[in-house]
Order: sequence, then structure tokens, then C-alpha cells
Amino acid sequence: MLMIERAIVDQIIAHARADHPDEACGVVAGPIGSDRPTRFVRMANAERSPTFYRFDSMEQFQVWKEMDDRDEEPVVIYHSHTATEAYPSRTDVSYASEPNAHYVLVSTREADETEFRSYRIVDGEITEEEVSIVEAGESDSVN
Amino acid sequence: MAIEVRIPTILRNYTDGAKAVEGGGATLDELFTDLEGRHPGLRDRLVDDKGLRRFVNVYLNDEDVRFLGGLETKVSDGDTVTVLPAVAGG
Repeated sequence: MLMIERAIVDQIIAHARADHPDEACGVVAGPIGSDRPTRFVRMANAERSPTFYRFDSMEQFQVWKEMDDRDEEPVVIYHSHTATEAYPSRTDVSYASEPNAHYVLVSTREADETEFRSYRIVDGEITEEEVSIVEAGESDSVN
Repeated sequence: MAIEVRIPTILRNYTDGAKAVEGGGATLDELFTDLEGRHPGLRDRLVDDKGLRRFVNVYLNDEDVRFLGGLETKVSDGDTVTVLPAVAGG
């Protein structure tokens, strides 16, 4: 299960809406081994594409180094789908390379509603998981 | 002194779980060949017949080797090479 603060969910959705119709992407860092990310990091989509995303390699290097220095890892890796549902595509599965990450997918295909879902992608296998949205400081689920 | 190579989580099954390994060579290509001797299978995850794999990022110190010389990039003792899988999808 992914436990995530409402304020961070709102930031992810705002980023996805702002970049629509291109795909938006980023990470939410958190302590190593945690399922509750704490630090929102918006990343550039180097592809600037409505059908593909890729982190800029130098930005990724800086952000990964920063996480390393803070004993963090990418607890969430998020990106948006702008014309299809919030479910990992074949491309998403073939490039998934962080076995510990929660892969968050956001769909902005509907103007008035944003789908927000989370998955584990390990060895080519997709497992959807529950998302518990909590208020700041709260330790338990309110959803 | 040797060259430190930092290994991402997903490739640590080739390094007995080690986050970093050491190797030697005059170029990145030689370094990866040197590592292959102690960590069989690792090189194949980094390089294909066209050069560096497209969805693997390799950095020499603070620079992406794609903007240096790719596999022919010169390396020397004391350098740090960092491997990161590209984060990408559709």
C-alpha cells in the first residue's frame, strides 16, 4: 500500500494538468524502505511528448545524488497518461527499473476528473495497490 | 587507487548486493570488460552491439558519458562512474 499526503497528490495532479497534453513526470522521495514519500520533486520530461516520457539524464543524476545524500530513495515515480487510462503501458513495464518504487499513474484524459492509481512493477509484472491519502501529519488512513 | 563504479539497485544481483565495485581500464569499454571478469553478466546489461544501451545512463564523475566519448570515454584511477537506469515509459 502507498500512503501519501493529500498535498503531494495535489502537486502531482497540478503538474500533470499543467503539462497536458504532454506527459508529466517526477518522483516523490522518502526514507529508504518507506512506503510514505515526503519530498515532491517535479522532473522535466526530456521527450516533451504526449505519448512518451524520459527523465532528463543530468537532472536525474542530480536528484538521485541528493536522495543518496539524504538516505532517501524514489518511493514514488509518477507520470501521466494524457489520452488513456492510468494503467501501465507496455513501454512502462519494459523500462521499469526501480523495483522498490511505487509507480503512480495519473490520467488527465477527462478534463474534470483525474485518475490517480499506484502499481508495483517487478520483473515485468504489474500489481496494482491501494492508495491511502492522508492529511499532513496524520499517521492513519482516512482515504 | 582504482575506479569506483556505483551500481543501481536493479543490477546489484550481479555484484552480490554491493552498491559500488572497483575496476580498472583506460576507457569505459575496458572498465566494463574488467568488471565482467568478476561480475559475469553485468556488461551485457550496460552495452549492446551498438554501444551503450539506450536506456542506461552512465556518468563519469558529474557528466553523462554520452556527451563525452561514450564507451571510448577515457577513465582513470580516482574517477567515479555511476550507472543509473533511465526512468522512462509511455
